[in-house]
Amino acid sequence: MSVPPVYGIVLAAVLFVIGLAGVLIRRNLVFTVISVEIMLNAGGLAFITGGSRWAAADGQAMFLFILAVAATEAAIGLALILQLHRRQGTVDGDSARKMKG
Amino acid sequence: MTIAFILAGTLSVIATLFAITRLNAVHALLYLIGALLALAVTFYTLGATFASALEVMVYAGAIVVLLLFVVMILNLGGHTAPAERALLSPRIWVGPAILVVLVAVELGFLLAGGIPAGTQSSYVGPHAVSMQVFGPYLLAVEAVSFLLLAGVIGAFHLGRKHFETRAGSESPEPAAAPREKEGVS
Amino acid sequence: MQQLLWLIPLFPVAGFVVLTLIGRRSPIGLIATIGTGTVGLSAVVALVTGFTFAGMPAGAGQAMTDSLGSWVSVPGLSSMFTLRLDPLSDLMVLVITVVAFFIHLYSTAYIRGHGDYHRYFSYLNLFVGSMLILVLADNFLLLFIGWEGVGLCSYLLIGFWYEDSANGRAAIKAFLVTRIADVAMLIGLFLILVTFGTLDIQTVMAKASTTFKVGAPVIAAIAVLLLIGAIGKSAQIPFQIWLPDAMAGPTPVSALIHAATMVTAGVYLIARTHVLYVLAPGVQMAVAIIGLATLLLGGLSALVQHDIKRILAYSTVSQIGYMFLGLGVGAWSASMFHFLTHAFFKALLFLAAGVLIHSLNNEQDIFRMGGMRKAEPAIFWVFLIGAAALTGIPLVTSGFYSKEAILQAAWDFPHVGHLLWIGAAIGVFLTGYYIFRGFFHVFLGEQHTQVSHKPSRIFYPSLFFLAIGAVLIGFLKTPEDLGNISVVSNFLNPVLPPESTVQPAIGTEVVLQTIASLLALAGVGVAYLVYKRSLKTATAARAAVATHGADYELTGIQNFLFHGLGFDWIATNLFVRPFWWFAGVLKRDWVGGIYDAVGWLSVKFNRLLSLTQSGLIRWYLFGIGVGVLAMLGLVVLI
Repeated sequence: MSVPPVYGIVLAAVLFVIGLAGVLIRRNLVFTVISVEIMLNAGGLAFITGGSRWAAADGQAMFLFILAVAATEAAIGLALILQLHRRQGTVDGDSARKMKG
Repeated sequence: MTIAFILAGTLSVIATLFAITRLNAVHALLYLIGALLALAVTFYTLGATFASALEVMVYAGAIVVLLLFVVMILNLGGHTAPAERALLSPRIWVGPAILVVLVAVELGFLLAGGIPAGTQSSYVGPHAVSMQVFGPYLLAVEAVSFLLLAGVIGAFHLGRKHFETRAGSESPEPAAAPREKEGVS
Repeated sequence: MQQLLWLIPLFPVAGFVVLTLIGRRSPIGLIATIGTGTVGLSAVVALVTGFTFAGMPAGAGQAMTDSLGSWVSVPGLSSMFTLRLDPLSDLMVLVITVVAFFIHLYSTAYIRGHGDYHRYFSYLNLFVGSMLILVLADNFLLLFIGWEGVGLCSYLLIGFWYEDSANGRAAIKAFLVTRIADVAMLIGLFLILVTFGTLDIQTVMAKASTTFKVGAPVIAAIAVLLLIGAIGKSAQIPFQIWLPDAMAGPTPVSALIHAATMVTAGVYLIARTHVLYVLAPGVQMAVAIIGLATLLLGGLSALVQHDIKRILAYSTVSQIGYMFLGLGVGAWSASMFHFLTHAFFKALLFLAAGVLIHSLNNEQDIFRMGGMRKAEPAIFWVFLIGAAALTGIPLVTSGFYSKEAILQAAWDFPHVGHLLWIGAAIGVFLTGYYIFRGFFHVFLGEQHTQVSHKPSRIFYPSLFFLAIGAVLIGFLKTPEDLGNISVVSNFLNPVLPPESTVQPAIGTEVVLQTIASLLALAGVGVAYLVYKRSLKTATAARAAVATHGADYELTGIQNFLFHGLGFDWIATNLFVRPFWWFAGVLKRDWVGGIYDAVGWLSVKFNRLLSLTQSGLIRWYLFGIGVGVLAMLGLVVLI
């Protein structure tokens, strides 16, 4: 078990950046949620790597909490998407801009 | 182990890339599952077996399934693919691409600045994790439970069909067909 | 008797105060009595002191002074309220009070029903008081008070009928133009104070002749500055533009202020400070040249005017030019003599014109009058006397004698005297032409406007008195070959330097007088011929003029003369327009604009910032991404 932690961090960074790109590019809100999940995962990976390096369980504990947060956020986000779909007839994020100006 | 890590990592990156660039939402989710499973493998190679199990069970098994449910409800599938293509014009992803590249560059700088040396990755088992979670992080656990409660209530409330206003109950009209997508400048 | 001196200006000033306080609710009779009475009392006191004064032994320094105490007393300047009566001021005081009395009498009937009765008389009284202070002042500061006072009253009275804004504008024009000149005069007074250490006139004159040589630059500078003040008040080039427009005021005001008295204040000033001008011959030459130029300008402009008051206004400008010419060539007492005769015949002409205007229901255009000889014969005769005096009809009119005195002195002036004489002689011809052109158009021919009401009987005493004066006063000073009476010169001798001691040959005198007389008569004759010709030709056009408007077509030259030889145009475009432009620039409130800019900037910034609220979720996410970038950048860089 000698994975250099740096590999993990690098992977986490790459995944995070990809997730960020996804969030900004996609208009469909479902894809936005997907991208956010990716980002959260990347953060979790970073924690895990840290915990692995220092042989501490804190990393996995943090990952647990991240999981809980991700679940909650996905649930509420999806509820909102459903609501938006009911009102606007679309899941296009750009269709909800009455808060302009 | 390192090789496994590298393989799984590469797999997860590729899967993620596919996930965010698919036009069909279901395809994207399937790729996401693949990415998450690959990530679980990386967790395992790092010695975090408990986390890898959780990743598969909760993340890939619950959250993504939830997403899948919603996609099915909204019927985002093959027939919306052309519309999705229209949304992915170069005009839209140029700006974010630049931003993302910059962020990546900065992260690279940070990483290049120095990571504590060390090649060890140790195995941390569930026992140790649970000792931590129910020990020093107990309050955090309770707070997370509040969070989950709030999430449940929020999801329940926000997902309702009928909303009551002062004038009387008002229910949003069910969408007959997807409206025209407004052009985004 | 000295102690009564201060009564002379006091009565009119008291009249002003009383009328201002109680005039609004007083009956007309009371106002008229107070207004005219105060001036009358002043005249009485003036006559009494004048007789006493004449009885005093003659000699240099003959004067009465009356000091009312100290006014300003600080280190470097001490000024007293001192009034001084010497031959020069005595002459002025007598003219002012007597002529003003008759004009006040005339006004009691003229202004009735034509405006605020009490306001008119209070202003007029203030004017007489200020003018008397001006001529009686023994120090420059008091003189300046009177100077400004008459300027103020001129403004108030020109704009008497303020309901018409054109009158207000004319008043402002008069005030501003004289104000500019007054600034120069004030600087001159400063210079006097600095040079001589005092503002007492007699002290200054004495010191000047002992301390400075002829041609001293300081004296020349003072003389120039005082000259500018004088030509502003007396409407000489280039300040003459205000006088024709000042005819917007009531006719008695024009008679008193803008013919007989205020406009001669400049002449008085130069005569009073003659020591300075003797010491600065260059400036004195300038006085003569300004006088000559102005008399020609006035004459030329008057040739084509059709408003009778404007003809008389330009005539005043021209005649004061004669006075300046006289001062410039050293004929001090001749100029004062001309002032004396001019006061009578010009006031007479104005008052006669006033009667015409009054009875023809405010008609002032000579082409719309006509036939007044039959309608108002008395006015015909007094106007004829006045016009003859103005022209200088030989031997029988006062104007002849006073103009001859000036012309003779001009001829005798070294080097350029002949040229000056020729210019003045041309002026005589022009005078004859323009005044009789007006006379013929008004009094002969057929009547174009009907008399709406007969003139009041109160008008006549003033007219008769002035007419008699216009004839007889001339005999107070006659040239050598015609009796050599020199009452005026002798009277003024103690104060003013004697005129040139060069006595020309009698023959030259006679020849010059003959030529001038012929020119005057020629002017009358040409006016008659032109008048007759204009009757024959274009009678239809005349009829059109009579019914529609007075602006008949003027040729280019005539138009140029009509508008005062372009001086108004120069003043407007060179001074007034740039000033208005500048005022318009300032009106935009640049200082306030700076503060407004703060608010404007804030609003603009707000607009800018609100652009970032596009309402798009992706946009906000992008913002978060940029924030992340920034924070990471901070960490990376720092």
